[in-house]
Amino acid sequence: MSVLPDVVLMTLELEQVLIVGGILFAIGLYVALSKRNAIGILMGVELMLNAVNVTLLAFARFIESPRPIDGHVFATFVITIAAAEAAVALALAVAVYRHRETVNIDEIDVLRW
Amino acid sequence: MIGALLAAPTALVTDNWWDIRDLSNLSGAILDLIEDAGGPGWLTYVVGALLGTLGIVSFIGGVAIINIWIERRVVGRMQSRLGPNRVGPFGLLQPVADAIKLMQKEVLQPRVADGLVFTVAPIAFTVPGIALLAVIPWGRNMVLADLDVGIVFLFAMSSLAALAVFIGGYGSNNKYALFGSMRVIAMLVTYEIPIVLSLLGVVMFAGSMNLNQIVLFQADNWLFLIMLQPLAFLIYFLSSSAELNRTPADLAEAESEIAGGYHVEYSGMKFGLYYAAELINAVAVSTIIATVFLGGWWLYKIDEIVPGWMIVIGKIYAVYFVFIWTRGTLPRFRIDQLLAFAWKWMTPMAIINILLVAGEVVLWEETGWSAGLLLPLYIAINGAMTAVLIVAWVRVMAPKFQRYPDRPRMYDGIDVPSLPAPASIGPTAPGAAPARRATV
Amino acid sequence: MIDDAGIVVAFWILSATTVICALMVAAARNLIHAVLFLALTFVGVAGIYIVLSADFVAVVQVLIYAGAVGVLMTFAIMLTPGADRLNSSTVFQAPALVLSALVLAVIVFVALDTEWAISDRQAFSATARSLGEAFLKPYIVPFEVASVLLAAAMIGAIVLSREEPEDERAA
Repeated sequence: MSVLPDVVLMTLELEQVLIVGGILFAIGLYVALSKRNAIGILMGVELMLNAVNVTLLAFARFIESPRPIDGHVFATFVITIAAAEAAVALALAVAVYRHRETVNIDEIDVLRW
Repeated sequence: MIGALLAAPTALVTDNWWDIRDLSNLSGAILDLIEDAGGPGWLTYVVGALLGTLGIVSFIGGVAIINIWIERRVVGRMQSRLGPNRVGPFGLLQPVADAIKLMQKEVLQPRVADGLVFTVAPIAFTVPGIALLAVIPWGRNMVLADLDVGIVFLFAMSSLAALAVFIGGYGSNNKYALFGSMRVIAMLVTYEIPIVLSLLGVVMFAGSMNLNQIVLFQADNWLFLIMLQPLAFLIYFLSSSAELNRTPADLAEAESEIAGGYHVEYSGMKFGLYYAAELINAVAVSTIIATVFLGGWWLYKIDEIVPGWMIVIGKIYAVYFVFIWTRGTLPRFRIDQLLAFAWKWMTPMAIINILLVAGEVVLWEETGWSAGLLLPLYIAINGAMTAVLIVAWVRVMAPKFQRYPDRPRMYDGIDVPSLPAPASIGPTAPGAAPARRATV
Repeated sequence: MIDDAGIVVAFWILSATTVICALMVAAARNLIHAVLFLALTFVGVAGIYIVLSADFVAVVQVLIYAGAVGVLMTFAIMLTPGADRLNSSTVFQAPALVLSALVLAVIVFVALDTEWAISDRQAFSATARSLGEAFLKPYIVPFEVASVLLAAAMIGAIVLSREEPEDERAA
């Protein structure tokens, strides 16, 4: 495996960046699945999107491609859509708070009051 | 070496290492020394970065001290009072007195305040202001970080400062601080849009987001970008004085209104750091204006004799003087007036400016006419458009001015008794239209 | 592959900082601390982008994520004052841990096992210009659709968080 040479500190391979992205994705997945606060879940989703961006940009940097800027285009779109989604999700959380006085997802489990 | 100095006192900037007019010679000589002595590649890079940082931080240190005196003295003189004049000749040692006073004060931290957040907030407010100066070209070869996306880096650092203000307000665990910081964040986020839009016009003309390229565009075409983009300069100046929480937009620190805003709980040197951070941010914004709009290190061939960094510092202080001028003269806006100003005045004008600049740049590139023909035409067109836009906006959107208002001018429901007109003028001023709501 | 020792050291420092901040997001006691660590994570990820020579995306990341999304989240926390700020976990904590460990294992296996078509290209030189050209020539339609999506998100957020006037609340 090319990722464990004896001079691991001296070169940066694609696999190492992918593993870092994977670690961030796993942490984001854990946060999104296990937090009680709706805003905490959103934090996990944002972490996952960032990890995906890291992977995309690593591919854009290292992989043979006819137009390598596509990775950056995709990453910029991900950032844009993540910002839009964060805005809508937080507006939803605030609206739910206004009706239920809580954003704890364990307590917002009944569709119709 | 001395002979060469004495022989040609007005010589152009040379490549000798002792020629401090181009500091890159000195740093280049040090880095060459390291490389010849066999240092590894990363050591050269680190030492280069440290040297540049040393220069910038020494500038910041001087700024933080001198500007305290400049602010208080110049504002005082503008308001027909003396300003500090006790502590040294012309009060020049006043910053020293301020620093000693702040250092010997007890740093009170409320027990219910969030300890780490409370301490980190002033630091988080200072760091982006200093980091901004890394991309500024101080001379023809003197850029610490020659980023290709320098302008967007400037926007990113300004938006980080917004988060730091909120951290300060939250960490104090004081509802006045929180309230003040939420108002400030609304203002900061709103004014980011005119800032970005106004600098986009500059980027379109220069063809690059690299700040050194923008200065070189001004140098190659023998003009300052403020001549080509007066509207962008005005929008950027007013929006960044709102971003800096300076008067007329300093409702964050309106001590009479919200008891000091987000730094009400800070005392001692932490408050000193907030105060210094505001001055540093003001100088950072002045640096951006001096580089982008006023030509940076270039000044009509004078930069070949006078050091470029001296020219930049002179321009920085000229712009900073204008900031102090507006602070000493204008009254404070209300929060709704500020936000209406951003949304209804700055943003539409900035968008129209961008459309105009886009048309001009496309005309320039498609026809390929020379710059000497097109640029004076553009200067005239842009100046005329600025005047037309400002007059049109004022005519359409500003409230009518009535010297002796004949009906209440505040919001509905708040009754302001109108002043009786003096007998020599009559019941109302002739030709006055009915007053509208007094929002901008 | 990147050979420059300085860049490699910078990458490892930045990714260690980012992963530690991400772990603190999961482990912080207070929700506001978690959001602040998230903002730090965003800045760390921007550093990783710079290592991958994506300078424009890095500054856009700091500008939008750390500067706007971070502020948005703190605002949302401030606008929900009655909710608890404890950043506690639900009962699904252990299954979530197992699932994320499995996902990590799958990602690591795929990353190490695949034969990637690595190119010899050096770092990008002018990302902003080629990004602009890519947005305006091949990707013009997604660009316009993204602007429509942002407008829709803005309108949706305003409508969702609007307070109903008293007479409409009977329904």
